[in-house]
Amino acid sequence: MTETRIANVRVLKPSLAHEARAALVVWEREMIRFSRDRTRVFAQMVQPLLFLFVLGGGLGSLVSHGTGGLDFRTFLFPGVLSMSVLFTASFSGISMVWDREFGFLREMLVAPVSTASIVLGKCLGGATVATIQSIVVLVLAGLVGVPYDLLMMAQVLLLLFLMAFMITALGLLLSARVKQVQSAMPLVQLIITPLMFLSGALFPLSNLPPWLTVVTHLNPMTYAVEPVRHVVFERLQMSDAARATLDPGIWWGSFAVPVWLQIVVVLVASAGLLTAAVGFFSRTE
Amino acid sequence: MNQTVAGPPAVEAHGLVKRYKHVEAVRGIDLTVYRGETFGFLGPNGAGKSTTIKILCTLVDATAGTARVAGFDVASERDAVRRNIGLVYQEPTLDGYLTAEQNLRFHGELYGVDRATAADRRHEVLEMVGLWERRGDLVNEFSGGMRRRLEIARGLLHSPRVLFLDEPTIGLDPQTRVSIWRYIAELRAREDITVFVTTHYMDEAEHCDRIAIMNEGLIVALDTPEALKAAIGKDRVQITTADDTAAIAALESAFGLKAALLEGQVTFAVAGGAAFVPHLFEKLGVPIHSVTVTRPSLDDVFLAHTGTTIRDVESKGQFSPMAARYRGR
Repeated sequence: MTETRIANVRVLKPSLAHEARAALVVWEREMIRFSRDRTRVFAQMVQPLLFLFVLGGGLGSLVSHGTGGLDFRTFLFPGVLSMSVLFTASFSGISMVWDREFGFLREMLVAPVSTASIVLGKCLGGATVATIQSIVVLVLAGLVGVPYDLLMMAQVLLLLFLMAFMITALGLLLSARVKQVQSAMPLVQLIITPLMFLSGALFPLSNLPPWLTVVTHLNPMTYAVEPVRHVVFERLQMSDAARATLDPGIWWGSFAVPVWLQIVVVLVASAGLLTAAVGFFSRTE
Repeated sequence: MNQTVAGPPAVEAHGLVKRYKHVEAVRGIDLTVYRGETFGFLGPNGAGKSTTIKILCTLVDATAGTARVAGFDVASERDAVRRNIGLVYQEPTLDGYLTAEQNLRFHGELYGVDRATAADRRHEVLEMVGLWERRGDLVNEFSGGMRRRLEIARGLLHSPRVLFLDEPTIGLDPQTRVSIWRYIAELRAREDITVFVTTHYMDEAEHCDRIAIMNEGLIVALDTPEALKAAIGKDRVQITTADDTAAIAALESAFGLKAALLEGQVTFAVAGGAAFVPHLFEKLGVPIHSVTVTRPSLDDVFLAHTGTTIRDVESKGQFSPMAARYRGR
């Protein structure tokens, strides 16, 4: 046992740069594959746009009394950005199932680097892809009454990257356990849909039935969506009453959870998911 | 000749055992592979070859026993072993959505190949397997043989001291099989490398310096192909007759030879096979349609050591190569 530990330290210490190279090249592979796959870019663009313009436009007239004059599509905008990230990132994460099916996972796992570097590289790659993909939605801000504020855009992209990282980590965790390609996509659907509906992406967190309040507050996705909405709504003109209804923030009892703490929740959840994924992948080979 | 090269043996295993829940795949193996030789590991599917190779490559832990590869212990110096070996699996492990060169670049970064020399090395190995012109093409557009060649090139990229090839020719057409072996031969001429190759094609083992024959988890023979064949000392005679059962009985009673029906022919081994044929016609008493006499092959070596042919072992259905190939997709 002691022997193993000594050997590991000796190998690992001078090779931190090597580990970084390994993670970087795994990241790069995700970029190359993304840039080659136009179909995927297009396919994953459609659904968020449907939600924004069709659902948003269709329900808009119905809910206009509750939004204090704010276009429902404006309200939906941060939620739809989050949705785009949710779809893309979970797909990136679960794609490890295909890597296993086609043998490439093995090529990665037998290399003389730690599994953590491989999984981290993959997760960063998936998060980057999802963030880039969300730009398609972000550039439409002006159409739904959200100003083109450069600082806001930068903040939104950063928050979306954190969200994407968490969701990719979740996808990776699933792909460590699911061996069948056929069951991968249904499982992703099964996970994505509740995450989305129970996150406050599509409706405000105010005045919910008690059970729904509890569930949404247990969903880590809620803590990833809310900062995005906060950053966008800071730039919007609206009455205090409307703001209180549409962007009430997250409350733990009477404690208003500050944005930085929401981000910490996302980071902690990401770290937990990623660690679990690394653990499972190290054990499979 | 190869034994005189300085340094530790390429592979050294003592008492290797691998037990799964219900099966003992490897039942105690001792093995030394010298530096610079091409070592063939033979046996039917399911004999334990792949499990042994996985232990040596640090992919599975042995239940008992020790092994050192390129001078490093497979259990306690995993990463050092991995840095010094190249691996080519039965199943493809390339990314079809990357180009040939991108696949190699990926591998080089994962193995920490020095960036200053990486590009030259990529050129060298691609040139060696004849894929330099196709380096910019997506691997998805490659044929099975080209992919296998690319995998061999990739296995060599980080200048390993031992190259493990697990069934490098399985599922390939005969022409491509020949070309793969030509690359392996060329490789030995160009690189200071030990090649450890498994195969269940007996004819391919002729390309090796030494071979080990594995059956049911044990090594049953280990020597040069020539020595193994010479040790048999008998030729193989196969006859077709009007009544095979009677012929087998007659061989036993008239000549004291044990014959068996293999692949539809009455088969037996006898010293000086060609000179024996006239006696056969004279004394057998069963009409003979055809006679084939062959010098001993590695198939006969296998037959002599295990009492059956490799094809018979596989057709018993304990393991189907077709299913294995399908799974590998």
